[in-house]
Amino acid sequence: MTSSETKTAAVIRTMGLTKKYGELTAVDHLNLEIRKGEVFGLLGPNGAGKTTTTLMLLGLTEPTEGKAMIHELDCTRDTIEVKKRVGYLPDNVGFYGTMTGRENLRFMGRLNGLMGEALEKRIDALLKRVNMTEAADRKTGTYSRGMRQRLGIADVLMKDPDIIIMDEPTLGIDPEGIRELMWLIRDLAEQDGRTVLLSSHQLYQVQRVCDRMGIFVEGKMIACGTLEELGQQISHDGINTVELSVYPDNVGLQSLLKNMKGIIDIEKNNDTYVIRSSYDLRRALSKTLAEQGYTIMHLRQAGSDLDEIYRKYFEKAGEKVG
Amino acid sequence: MVKKASLNIPGHRNTHVLKVLFEKETAEFINSRRMLLFVVLTALITISGFYAALSGLAEAFSGGNASADFLFLKLFTVSANSIPSYNSLMALMAPFIGIFMGFDAINSERSEGTLNRLVSQPLYRDNIIIGKFLAGLFISAVMVFSSGLLIASVGLISTGLIPTAEEAARLFLYLCFCVIYIGFWLAVAILFSTVCRHAATSALACIAVWLFCAIFISLLAGIIADALYPVNGNDMQSLLNEMKNYSCELNLNRVSPYYLFGEATSTVLNPGVRTINAVTVTQLSGALAGNLTLGQSLLLVWPHLTALAALMLIVFTISYVSFMRQEIRSR
Repeated sequence: MTSSETKTAAVIRTMGLTKKYGELTAVDHLNLEIRKGEVFGLLGPNGAGKTTTTLMLLGLTEPTEGKAMIHELDCTRDTIEVKKRVGYLPDNVGFYGTMTGRENLRFMGRLNGLMGEALEKRIDALLKRVNMTEAADRKTGTYSRGMRQRLGIADVLMKDPDIIIMDEPTLGIDPEGIRELMWLIRDLAEQDGRTVLLSSHQLYQVQRVCDRMGIFVEGKMIACGTLEELGQQISHDGINTVELSVYPDNVGLQSLLKNMKGIIDIEKNNDTYVIRSSYDLRRALSKTLAEQGYTIMHLRQAGSDLDEIYRKYFEKAGEKVG
Repeated sequence: MVKKASLNIPGHRNTHVLKVLFEKETAEFINSRRMLLFVVLTALITISGFYAALSGLAEAFSGGNASADFLFLKLFTVSANSIPSYNSLMALMAPFIGIFMGFDAINSERSEGTLNRLVSQPLYRDNIIIGKFLAGLFISAVMVFSSGLLIASVGLISTGLIPTAEEAARLFLYLCFCVIYIGFWLAVAILFSTVCRHAATSALACIAVWLFCAIFISLLAGIIADALYPVNGNDMQSLLNEMKNYSCELNLNRVSPYYLFGEATSTVLNPGVRTINAVTVTQLSGALAGNLTLGQSLLLVWPHLTALAALMLIVFTISYVSFMRQEIRSR
């Protein structure tokens, strides 16, 4: 199998997946395709239906309508087969506090049919991989949250899954821990070729690690794609916004800016200009300004940043609802 | 490799998973602090039961009115002036033991955040509660048998009474009854632990059920029987009602597992108990005084055994159904 072939095969697919709790629609006709070996981020505010979606993928709750497929297996019917191949790291993962980390892993390994030497070897390798060898023989009741999370990853890897679903993996972990975690997640996808689906409301962390992202608001996926694609989906509104600050800031500059092509309007906040235009101005701006002897202190396209995208989509969703 | 291959057959896999879960539950319980409390509780039951038996037996002998039959079994049924017998202690404490082991079976896993990790493993969900139930039953069986056999063996040494085969068989049956009785309360506790979100709520709910079975059913039974078959008049009808009233009250009482257990164990432990229902004088005429054989005693309490087991299964099924339909989110 060539790499291009494996990249295109969708391993997770949902078709019109819907979950209703009485009046409330938690997930609304979700159509999602996640390809093999990619890290997919499910982004959205709390209560957007991210966890419900992951639960349906694992067959832990039944969809009201629609279908979720993993490796062409129906997630509601073939739950055992699905669970053999999918690892799930729940939000705020817990362990049996009276057992050590190693014993917890051993229990999971045995549940997944491992035994004897193979089991012990796997445990040692995984503990090393998540950097938990030293704490392995301590009771998990004494672990910090970051340690629990790392042990949780080892726990997920015990069954050697080819799909890993993580629910809010970065919640409550310090920045250093998050950095390590992100590196580990990237590694899982690149080195082992596993598919990772992670849900989060923390944008920046996801931005760094995900190949593609889906933005999820009130049960609907309102945008999906790579970071650039999401940015483009915003620009399709026809407006491009650039933040600019330049030295020296004089009258000549303002007239220069006004005379540029495609400008819709210019706004000035302190010493920053917010320029709205019909196309991406950054190239033209930097060229013109340099020619005129100005020094660009700050030039940034608003909207390419995830936060911007996020806010934008949330505003959009709010308008629709309201 | 051979073992690994056998795991691919669904049935084998299932028993393997059940075994792993059972071992984990047992190990977890034995390593927990609760085990210590459990041992203390058991020791208290054993010691006070044994003390009651020894002093009670001595009193009965000095009074000169003890029948010499089945003295060995009296170790379990004789009470001293203020200390209840082992049997009645057991009837009192068995519900607590069952509740104690099961009241947080599912909801503690839920609040620890281990339940959703567990249900995302390739196993059938029912295995989780079956594993918990079997582990609890196993531990209580070990405890009941060791405490019963301890009394038997220390009693053997200190009193010099040697059990006959029938007495040994009756003792064994009695201990089995205890385990099934504990199993019923364990099932009740597991049911509440799946339904209630907090361990404290489920513990309270279990205790409420126990109080209802131990106290309120008998009150209600009396009230209902009196309402259906009044006996306080002076007319002929109330005389006729006497028998019906008693039977009605008895049958209503038998809804309670507490009552069932009491009736069954006193029959098993005392071969002199020839009947458990109301019997008229005419029915008794011509009957020879004597003890029942083991088979006959067993025949007498067979419905009790079936009813207790059925109650246990019903409660377990309800918890099974409610657990299967539950959506398990993170804590």
